[in-house]
Amino acid sequence: MRPEKKDIDELSGIETTGHSWDGIKELNTPSPRWWLIIFIVSCVWAVGYWFYYPAWPTLTGNGERGGTEGTAGWTQYKQLEEQQAEIVARKAAYQSRFDASDFSTIQNDEELYAFAIAGGKSAFKDNCATCHGTGGAGGPGYPNLNDDDWIWGGTIEDIQQTLQYGIRGNHDETRFNEMPAYADILDAEDIEAVADYVVAKAAGNALPERGAVVFEENCAACHGEDAKGLRELGGPNLADAIWLYADDRNAIVSQIRKPKHGIMPAWEGRLSPSTIRQLTIYVHSLGGGEK
Amino acid sequence: MSDTAAPLKLFAKKERVFPKRVWGTFRKIKWVAMVTLLGIYYLAPFLRWDRGEFAPDQAILIDMPARRAYFFFIEIWPQEVYYLTGILIVAAVSLFLVTSLFGRVWCGYACPQTVWTDLFVWVERIVQGDRAKRMKLHKSKWTFEKIWKMALTHSIWLVIGMLTGGAWVFYFNDAPTLLEQIIHLDVPMSVISWVIALTLSTYIMAGFAREQVCEYMCPYARFQSAMFDKDTLIISYDEDRGEKRGKHKKGESWEGRGHCIDCTACVQVCPVGIDIRDGLQMDCIACGLCIDACDDIMDKIDLPRGLIKYDTTTQLEKRREGIHEKLQIFRTRTFYYFGILAVVGSVILYGLLNRAETELHVLHDRNPLFVQLSDGTVRNGYDIKILNKTHADRHFTLSAAGIDGAKIRMQGAGKIEADDLTVFADSVGHFRLFLSAPKPAAKRHEIVFELRDTSGALVETYDSVFISEKP
Repeated sequence: MRPEKKDIDELSGIETTGHSWDGIKELNTPSPRWWLIIFIVSCVWAVGYWFYYPAWPTLTGNGERGGTEGTAGWTQYKQLEEQQAEIVARKAAYQSRFDASDFSTIQNDEELYAFAIAGGKSAFKDNCATCHGTGGAGGPGYPNLNDDDWIWGGTIEDIQQTLQYGIRGNHDETRFNEMPAYADILDAEDIEAVADYVVAKAAGNALPERGAVVFEENCAACHGEDAKGLRELGGPNLADAIWLYADDRNAIVSQIRKPKHGIMPAWEGRLSPSTIRQLTIYVHSLGGGEK
Repeated sequence: MSDTAAPLKLFAKKERVFPKRVWGTFRKIKWVAMVTLLGIYYLAPFLRWDRGEFAPDQAILIDMPARRAYFFFIEIWPQEVYYLTGILIVAAVSLFLVTSLFGRVWCGYACPQTVWTDLFVWVERIVQGDRAKRMKLHKSKWTFEKIWKMALTHSIWLVIGMLTGGAWVFYFNDAPTLLEQIIHLDVPMSVISWVIALTLSTYIMAGFAREQVCEYMCPYARFQSAMFDKDTLIISYDEDRGEKRGKHKKGESWEGRGHCIDCTACVQVCPVGIDIRDGLQMDCIACGLCIDACDDIMDKIDLPRGLIKYDTTTQLEKRREGIHEKLQIFRTRTFYYFGILAVVGSVILYGLLNRAETELHVLHDRNPLFVQLSDGTVRNGYDIKILNKTHADRHFTLSAAGIDGAKIRMQGAGKIEADDLTVFADSVGHFRLFLSAPKPAAKRHEIVFELRDTSGALVETYDSVFISEKP
C-alpha cells in the first residue's frame, strides 16, 4: 500500500515509511551518504570479479567443469595443485631418505619413523579402514592387525608382501589357499566331532578321541599337527584365543561345512611403492609386528 | 506541523575538544606518569634475565612459536594460561579498589588511551599552538599554513604510532635480534603486519577518537560508576563556595556572591570537554586538570585554592555541618576488595611456588579398546606424554601398578625401554606404550601409572584403566 501523499513526521520533519504499528511510525531516514557510496562501489567492484575470476557456469568449457575462465587465470583446482605441490616439496626432504633406507634403518631413525607412521596412518584410513577398521581392529572375517596372530606371517617383510600382492587377490604373485567344503567330504557326525575337537583344543580342555582322528586325517595338513596353523600355507591357528570368523561351536561347524574366504586385494599398482612401505611400517607398529 | 518551525535535529554532531595548556600539581603528576609508563613500555623488552642455555634470556617475552611465556622468574606453558586469568582478576580488583577510593584515576593518569591522547595533544600544541589558535586553524579555509601544519601534525602522529606498534612486537621476539633485523630492514611479515595494525590503531584512537573511546567504547568507564560510593574521591566543584557565579571586577566585594568568576578555565582545559561545575558526569576521567586551572585562577584573584578539588560526598556533607572529615580508606567495600586481592594473590603465589616441573598424562586407546592376544592375555595401548618443564634433559622410569602380571612394552623408533625414558629440556616427550596382562576379573580395571626419576623417587602418577572386554 503506497500512501497517496507523503506522510511527514511532525517532530522531525522527516518522511515516514507510511506504516503504522499501534500508532508508532517509522522514519524513512535516508541511508548515510558514505554508506551508500561504499555500497555502490562494492556493487561495481563485484562486477569486476565476474571477469577477473571464474564466475559464470557455461555448458562447455575447460574439461568437464565448464564455466567462464576469468582473466586472472586463478581456479581452485590450480590453487589445490599448488598447495599439494607445496606438501610434496615439504615431504621431499624426508621422501628421498625414506626411499633410500631399508626397514630396519627407518625403524631406528626417529624422523623417518615418524614420517612413515604419519604417512601410513593417513593411507591406512583411506584404503584399509574400510575392512580392517580405523584402528585396524578388524571384525568377523577381517583380520585384526593389532594382535599377534598372523595367518600369513607378521614380520615386516611378510606384511609388505601381503600388502603388495594381496591374499587370494588379483595379482600373479598373490598368495592363495582354499579350505575345501567338508559338507561334501565328511559326514555330519564327523564334522560335529571335529568341531568339538577344535573347541576343546582352543579352550585347553580334554580332547575328544574321534575328533582327534578326523582332524589328523583331514585338517592337520594345513592347520598343523597341533592345530597351531601353518603360515607357509596360510592355515590359521585354531588353538589360540583368536578367531577370524567366530568362536562358538555352530559357527565352527558351518565354517567346516562350507568355508568362507576373505580376499585381500593387491595394492601394488594402486598405491606407490613408498606408500606401501609406509603402510607396512604403520601396520607393523600397531603392536603385533614380529621381528 | 507548521512550515515555519525549524525541524527538530535528532542527531547532535560531536564537538571537537581543544584542551588548553595548563600547569599545576596534577599536570605534573600526569607528565611523570606518562614518562614513566612510556619508559617502561619501550624499555622493558630490553631487560635481560638469565635462564640457562636452553631458554631465552629476555625478562619479558611471549614466545608464540615455542608456546612459552616468560616474566622474570615466572615461566608458563600454554596449559598454565590460568595464571594470566589470576593476573587479570588481580588487575580488575585493583582497579575496583583504586576506583572506589579515588574515582577514575586510572582513566585520568595511567590508561594507555589517556597517555597517548595526551602525547598527541602535546604534539598538536607544539605544531599548531594552543587552544585558541588550534580552534581558529580548525575553522579556517585550507590555506598553505593550515596544510603544512596539519600535514606535520599527522606525520608526527603516524611516527609516534609506528613507534608504539614497533615497541609492541619486541615483547614477542628477542628484542636485540629484532632491533638488528629492523635496522637491516629484514623483518618477518608477521612483525610488519602487527606494526602496521598498531600504528593505525594508535593513530586513529589517539588522533581522532580520543575522549569518545572513554565515553562510548570503553567498558570500564561504564561499570566504574558501580564502585563509587559516598566516600569515593571525585573531582567536584564546591557549589556552596562557588555560587552564585558571575564575572568579577578587581576590587569588588565578594560579599553575597560565589567565588566562581565564570572564567571557564576549567572547561577550556578539560580533555573530555565537559563543564565540571555541572556536577559529576560519566565522561569525567578524574585527571585533575580543571583543578590545576581553577587553582591557578584562584591564586591570581587572591582567593584560597580548592574551589574545584578531589572531594567526597561525605566530606562535603560534614563541611556543611562544620566538621572536617578525613578520607575513609577502610570501609566495607574496600575491605572486601582488599580481601579478594589478598586471596587471589596468595593463590597465584602458591601456584607459582608449587608449580609442577614434571607432568604425566596418559590417554587410553579408544580404537581398539583392547586387543585379545593368542596366549589368552589382553593388551591395552596408551599414549603417554611426559612434560619436562625444567631446563635440563631428564630420564624417567614408567611403571603400571594395580594389575597382576602386567608387562610393559614401548613402541617407537629404535629401542625404547620403559625404565629409561629420555625427555629433553623444556619439552614434551611423546611415547606409545603397550600393557599386556592376564585377563582381570573386571571388564574395566583401575590402574595407576607411576613416573619415577633416576633416583627412584616417585614424581607423578596418573590414574588410568585397563579394559579387557567390550563394555
